[in-house]
Amino acid sequence: INPMALRFEVLARFNRARAARLTLPHFVCETPLFMPVGTQGTIKGLTNSQLEDIGCQIILGNTYHLALRPTSELLEEAGGLHKFMNWPRAMLTDSGGFQMVVSLLHLADITEKGVTFQSPVDGKPMLLTPEESIQIQNRIGADIIMALDDVVKTTITGPRIEEAMYRTLRWIDRCIEAHGRPHDQNLFGIVQGGLDPVLRDICVKGLVDRNLPGYAIGGLAGGEDKDSFWRVVAQCTGSLPEDKPRYVMGVGYPLDVVVCSALGADMYDCVYPTRTARFGTALVPEGVLKLKQRAMADDTRPIDSTCSCMVCKNYSRAYIHILVTKDAMGSQLLSYHNLYYMMQLSKDLHSSIVEGRFPKFVCDFLSKMFPEGDVPEWVCNAMEVAGIDISSCCAFPERVSNAKEVAEVAGIDISSCCAFPDRVRNAKEVAGIDISSDCTLSSSCRKHGSDIMSDEYHKLKLEMERLRNIEDALRK
Amino acid sequence: MSLSLSSSLSLPLPLSNQITTTPTMGMKFLVKKARGARVGALEIALLGNNNNNNIININTPNIVISTCKGLPHFISLDLLSSIPSSILQVSNLHFTSEGVSTNTISKLGGLHQMLGLNNKYVIVSVPRDSIQSIPQFKAATKFAPSFDTPSGRLLVKPKEYVEMISCMKPNIWAALADEVPAWVSHKRNKTSVDRTLKWLDDCLALNPETGSIFGAIVGGSNLEERRRCAEEVAKRNVSGYWIGGFGLGECMDERPTLLSAIMDVLPDDKPRMICGLGLPEEILQGIAAGIDLFDTTYIYTLTLGGFALTFPLDKNGNQQNFQPSQIESDSTKINLRATAYRNDTSPILEDCSCYTCKNHTKAYINHLLNVHEMLAQTLLEIHNTHHYLMFFQVIRDAIQDGRFEKFRQTFLESRRVPFEGEAISA
Ligand SMILES: [Zn+2]
Ligand SMILES: [Zn+2]
Repeated sequence: INPMALRFEVLARFNRARAARLTLPHFVCETPLFMPVGTQGTIKGLTNSQLEDIGCQIILGNTYHLALRPTSELLEEAGGLHKFMNWPRAMLTDSGGFQMVVSLLHLADITEKGVTFQSPVDGKPMLLTPEESIQIQNRIGADIIMALDDVVKTTITGPRIEEAMYRTLRWIDRCIEAHGRPHDQNLFGIVQGGLDPVLRDICVKGLVDRNLPGYAIGGLAGGEDKDSFWRVVAQCTGSLPEDKPRYVMGVGYPLDVVVCSALGADMYDCVYPTRTARFGTALVPEGVLKLKQRAMADDTRPIDSTCSCMVCKNYSRAYIHILVTKDAMGSQLLSYHNLYYMMQLSKDLHSSIVEGRFPKFVCDFLSKMFPEGDVPEWVCNAMEVAGIDISSCCAFPERVSNAKEVAEVAGIDISSCCAFPDRVRNAKEVAGIDISSDCTLSSSCRKHGSDIMSDEYHKLKLEMERLRNIEDALRK
Repeated sequence: MSLSLSSSLSLPLPLSNQITTTPTMGMKFLVKKARGARVGALEIALLGNNNNNNIININTPNIVISTCKGLPHFISLDLLSSIPSSILQVSNLHFTSEGVSTNTISKLGGLHQMLGLNNKYVIVSVPRDSIQSIPQFKAATKFAPSFDTPSGRLLVKPKEYVEMISCMKPNIWAALADEVPAWVSHKRNKTSVDRTLKWLDDCLALNPETGSIFGAIVGGSNLEERRRCAEEVAKRNVSGYWIGGFGLGECMDERPTLLSAIMDVLPDDKPRMICGLGLPEEILQGIAAGIDLFDTTYIYTLTLGGFALTFPLDKNGNQQNFQPSQIESDSTKINLRATAYRNDTSPILEDCSCYTCKNHTKAYINHLLNVHEMLAQTLLEIHNTHHYLMFFQVIRDAIQDGRFEKFRQTFLESRRVPFEGEAISA
């Protein structure tokens, strides 16, 4: 039996959905929960005290980036990432493989040994093995660490999917073996298997046999159609153990978080709230609000009048419009609001389940987001499986009844699921934004940022020059 | 705007021999000493909603916190309280150049409401700053000064300016100035004084019912023009003075004469704010001449460059305790980008009580700078602002105790000694 450094207590349920208390070495969390991504040991300009004010329970660090800078050795020397950044609450690190494989795919080569990739520092080939990934994560010291898995894009088909799933199972044993701190760090296994229910089922069974502290559903949110997405989630949550946390990786659209929670998932992470903030977009109950739009310049209302975050309490859309995209402060304030929104959503999911009003919460959520009642079909289908009656907020009840037939076989009877991807081709409305590429993304953003800053840096240089001259003169 | 100020003044300094009181447009200024370095208290009544009025006291000399669009460059509103200051410099051109109509700002209730300052901060509006709204003397006309902003060049006529002020409702606002660099011809300098005086008269004639106007004093490096400008402005009905045209190429040695020519003709009982002096030595120079408020982007510049202020805040001004052994540091600051701080797990300053020093190490800030994360600047701006405010506190104490001149001498001399011939990294 593997030692565990967590306690997971389900406090209440509604059908598949559950509200739980997750006790980790650094923090007692409430699920469902959203984890903001702090790639490099910080979350986009926000201080720790702000993250705590927002209600952030766990933050995610990217092993790949942290291993490059400031390096895991330095972090270990500093007493771990917690101490290095002085973050008192919980933390999760990914395996580091994801960034290499998905974001830098053209540079990565996966063999049984591990992931070979080109070093961004000197271009030399480097190998990340499951053992090494775990050792690095042991040095970083997060509450939850992730197994190195063989990631393939969900849009890929064929034998590669099968190979990756079996390799993920072989690697989990190497990860468990290499894990040096099982009493204070929780190793989560990752379910792979693409969109193939049979492969997913094999992977779930294999991982559950290893009796890990928690399980993640991987390989999703990579551009697959929404109907395939929720079906994989439903299938996995349906067969993962009830008494362990379930983490859907890379999910961060509010709608996806609500649907996955209804299906029995507990944890999510995504760069979306902070990334979209950098482009001037705010998350609101109605969907999104683009603050760059000209109309915002004379809009004296807060971003979201129902939001009680620091930004909405103090600022108008007009003011945020002045800041967005031109000033770093604009994205900082929008990140603040967006993360607050995700934390509030997590809190509302938790309390509505605990207080037995989860279906009402879901209906309210959907009717705000789809005031015309045009709830996407995949959501209707998923809610049917989740056992949540959304007919009151859905303008097309016939869709729901159509979905019934679909639902009877969903999730559990996997053999019949196989036919689905061909039958359902509906989810185009939520554009497939490639969340997975958060690595290429952060570098492109850095470029974007430097364009804005270059002018300022030029002025800074001149100003520094002036100050230096004065200082030189003073010292003579 | 007519205000009744509370009669009981709660001043942190015992102003026993106070000589003057100037109640103008919700502003009072009390100074202890008339000539040279002086301590004072600026008292501003803020009108809030539902009679929620608030009186803010600013001890002088002090800095006016530089902002970008009303927020210190990297510090959001909720972190503002970590900075022990209540006076912000706001450039009104930051707003109008972004497509937001002054009408919208007016509809929101002015800058105080727009910025969510909740009646807790004094707003000083100055059209120029040194970062985003830069005066362009070549493009100025007899009708309006010109500013280069991120949205292009803006000419601001007195009438438009006063309209802007009426909508934005700052507590203090500087009149328009035709600022010129030190090297322009005598003729151009004279024109700049004439224009600046004309624009002040235009602003006064328009008589906006808002805030306290500070008359702008220019004149470049010409003693006669500086004096003429100061004399003329002193004749006008203004609440204080905004001294521009410094830090524009003049040599530091010629400043004391220019400054004292101005101070000699200004009445003692009104506050004097200066723009363009920022270095510790320049601050001391200004204070020695009798400046009360400093409008400077020095902290922003340091912060953006990855520097942290570390010079000793010794009560006597002694700077010899500074550790020059630190790599890439000079006598006032350290460069946190330096690899020397890569695994330095101590705070910027062990005995600093700012949020940054209480919570974070040099190693963490070094990492944030390396990976281009904005939190680095946020943490640095908090520390640097805090440190500079403490510097001003030490200076005020020295003035209060009659030790300022000695303090200043010690500061300058003890800094010079250990650093002769050393290169400054910038
Ligand atoms: Zn908000
Ligand atoms: Zn500090």
